Amino acid sequence: MQQAEARSTYLEGPSAAVLASSPSGTVKVRGQGRMPILARALMALASLALVGLFFVPLWRVQLVAPQYPEGLGMRISISTVRGASVNDLANINGLNHYIGMKRITPSAIPELQYMPWIVGALIVFGLLATLMGRRKILIAWLATFLVVGVAGLIDFWRWEYDYGHNIDFQHAIIKIPGMNYQPPLMGVKQLLNFTAVSWPDIGAWVALGAFGLAAIALLVTRRTLRANASLA
Amino acid sequence: MQAATIRRFSLGICAAGALGFLASACAPSGKSSSSGGLLAGNAAERTYVPPGSYDEYYAFLSGGFSGQVTVYGLPSGRLFKQIPVFSQFPQTGYGYDEDSKAMLNTTFGFVPWDDAHHTEMSLTNGVPDGRWLFINGNNTPRIARIDLKRFETTEILQIPNAAGGHASPFATPDTKYVVSATRFSVPIPQKDVPINSYKQNFKGTITFVTADKPGKMDVAFQIMMPGFDYDLGHAGKGPSDGWFFFTTYNSEEANTKLEVNASQADKDYIAAINYKRAEECIAAGKGKKFGGSYVHNYVDPATRIATSETKTGVTMLYPADCDGLAYYLPTPKSPHGVDIDPSGEYIVAGGKLATVIPVHSYSRMIKAIADKQFEKTIDGIPVIRYDAVIAGEVKNPGLGPLHTEFDGKGNAYTSMFISSEVVKWRLGTWQVLDRIPVYYSVGHVMIPGGDSQHPWGKYLLALDKITKDRYLPTGPEGSRAAQLIDISGDKMKMLLDFPTVGEPHYAQAVPASLLRPGSIKFEKLTDNKNPNVTTSEAAGGITRKGKRVDVKMIAIRSHFAPDNLEGIELGDTVYFHVTNIEQDWDIAHGFAVFGANTSGVTLPPGETRTVKWVPQSIGIFPFYCTDFCSALHQEMQGYVRVSSPAMHVPLSANVSKSAQIRDGKVSTGGEK
Repeated sequence: MQQAEARSTYLEGPSAAVLASSPSGTVKVRGQGRMPILARALMALASLALVGLFFVPLWRVQLVAPQYPEGLGMRISISTVRGASVNDLANINGLNHYIGMKRITPSAIPELQYMPWIVGALIVFGLLATLMGRRKILIAWLATFLVVGVAGLIDFWRWEYDYGHNIDFQHAIIKIPGMNYQPPLMGVKQLLNFTAVSWPDIGAWVALGAFGLAAIALLVTRRTLRANASLA
Repeated sequence: MQAATIRRFSLGICAAGALGFLASACAPSGKSSSSGGLLAGNAAERTYVPPGSYDEYYAFLSGGFSGQVTVYGLPSGRLFKQIPVFSQFPQTGYGYDEDSKAMLNTTFGFVPWDDAHHTEMSLTNGVPDGRWLFINGNNTPRIARIDLKRFETTEILQIPNAAGGHASPFATPDTKYVVSATRFSVPIPQKDVPINSYKQNFKGTITFVTADKPGKMDVAFQIMMPGFDYDLGHAGKGPSDGWFFFTTYNSEEANTKLEVNASQADKDYIAAINYKRAEECIAAGKGKKFGGSYVHNYVDPATRIATSETKTGVTMLYPADCDGLAYYLPTPKSPHGVDIDPSGEYIVAGGKLATVIPVHSYSRMIKAIADKQFEKTIDGIPVIRYDAVIAGEVKNPGLGPLHTEFDGKGNAYTSMFISSEVVKWRLGTWQVLDRIPVYYSVGHVMIPGGDSQHPWGKYLLALDKITKDRYLPTGPEGSRAAQLIDISGDKMKMLLDFPTVGEPHYAQAVPASLLRPGSIKFEKLTDNKNPNVTTSEAAGGITRKGKRVDVKMIAIRSHFAPDNLEGIELGDTVYFHVTNIEQDWDIAHGFAVFGANTSGVTLPPGETRTVKWVPQSIGIFPFYCTDFCSALHQEMQGYVRVSSPAMHVPLSANVSKSAQIRDGKVSTGGEK
């Protein structure tokens, strides 16, 4: 109860640095492990930036071949896989039947069902971290984000591996011993006549930016707390 | 190739030594490359469009007796496409398949050929706008509309009460109307009379066709004219908007040996038609109901199937009933072309037997009409005095002036058929400025937009009738040709010479930027409203109704589905409705069946074509993809079994399980 009161005072008050420099020792104690306003603003921004992931793709895979100078492309977002142009996904699936690759059916990829919930949870968690203003929660958020990000990349790689290796050789029309069709996670790879180019899309940069903002928030918090400690 | 390398090398040396004595040594090599006289020294460079690069202009050349339109790029002269219009085209199945064959219907039945003469692009405010291209059929008078998003013929209107639709299909500046005037006068309405009763019985007509609504071309009205030969026409523009001008010859009204008998008079006429006045007279009830049947064919934009409708009756206007409608401007010696300069003031006639190019003045014509400067009246049409309407004459232009185009900079370019050259002259001063030989016997010339209010005056294309020694010989039948001439400078320079398909009577060209963005890449399957469309692999099948069997089939890389058909009996008529369900750019298939008495068809992505097949004997008949579509194209085939009715083979069409899986009709563990 008292803590809550203190928190609300703190929220309405000036920056932690100002509070910390006040002669009152209790405030100084309370300020320990708490984020200054600037850090909270950065954290709020980081959390809200993730809303963008519901609208922009995370990853882009572009396929270019002599017969496809205009290229075929996939845009992977947290909830679906889309063609870069209207029919690209259908056309990629059409071509993949020659090599016995599975059809890429977004509804059949469970991760695309629960990724939006995970990102949603990260946003809520991040906003809570902003409200609570505790350094430890901020660190916990960053750690969670890192785990989700790395796990996401590993999972994406796993799916690419699965599509690239799990080939129906019985029905494949074109069979090349030893050949796999796994597109690169990042970079360029030749897959028969297609040059596959895979790079982060806007969403990935948004996510990286959000992570960066939160990391800065942590740095700001740390510096402020250190300054306070030295003042004390 | 080698020469080019050597030249580049020597140019490199020249550049390196430009400051030294080598500079003077470089000069002669530069000169030697322009030793072709009138050939531009940098012609190769000017016309070279590197692989993968695009041309600056689309050019549409009429195919003459091929009945088609060809699409070329300028300045490269590369042929992109042949658009079938009035002639059957087995390359695509146009006029053969069940979908398009109605396009060639007329009141004379199915007419699978015509003599396509003049291309005319639709106009907005007097400037080519890239919506449609019109072209006329001269033999069985017709006007076709080509959609320039598809580069396909989408509409053909037959012209009633006419013979020889030559002065056609020139458009008004807003494309409200395109016109058709009779080159051959005949009895109208047709009747059985002695040919030598020409002067009593033969008439010409000028037809105005509403053209600004696709799929709705129709005869707005016709004007009954004296029995001359109406040769060419052009609409007025700017101040002369509202008028149409047509050349006439055979004002002698000869009916035999016209080459002599129709060349007697010192002057024939240009008919000036005030079509705004015609609209007023019709609104005032002065038009007469007149007979005449004609067929209108159009492609339904949703089903992509052509249908025909026969119409009867037109509104006929007689000049005697509508004063101010028509005037004759005397013009020397059997004029051919009549071309209006971009300002709309000058009316240039190509008097093919004349020694001058006469140019009439629109403003003088209006004044002469106001002052009633008439020398006589023919069938209610006043003939204006020559000296009251003439603006000037180009003296000694060459022999056989036919057609004139304009560069928008005050210059005119006239083709000289007999002296086989193009002559450049100045509007207003009537001075000849330059001339250049062409190969050989040039008919029309074309400057992009050169008959409009906005010429793009950089190139001129000469469209020639014979080639003789110009190319490697190919037996007695050679090609016709076109030559690209640079008109950007004071002197005309020959850039390129290329053979054409059929006879290029006239052409139109516009900057590529006007058409390129709108060109459709493929038909969306969801927009395909063909009643026999098959949108997925598992949806194909076979049905029987009496002796008629309908097969619905899809084509996709690299198979047809279904691809085994049984239960077809001798005596059946089979309709293959094949849909290319690809939704990708330039992924075409084709379809042909063994023994069909018709052509194969090409299947652009997303489209359905129907091929009719009447089996002639029992047995197994393969069908296959005729357009090398993919790596497994050769495997894209199927079989039809034709049985004796006594065998009672049940009707069947296989759709593979994998196809059904792909379509989601059957699910398996691995999928979904």
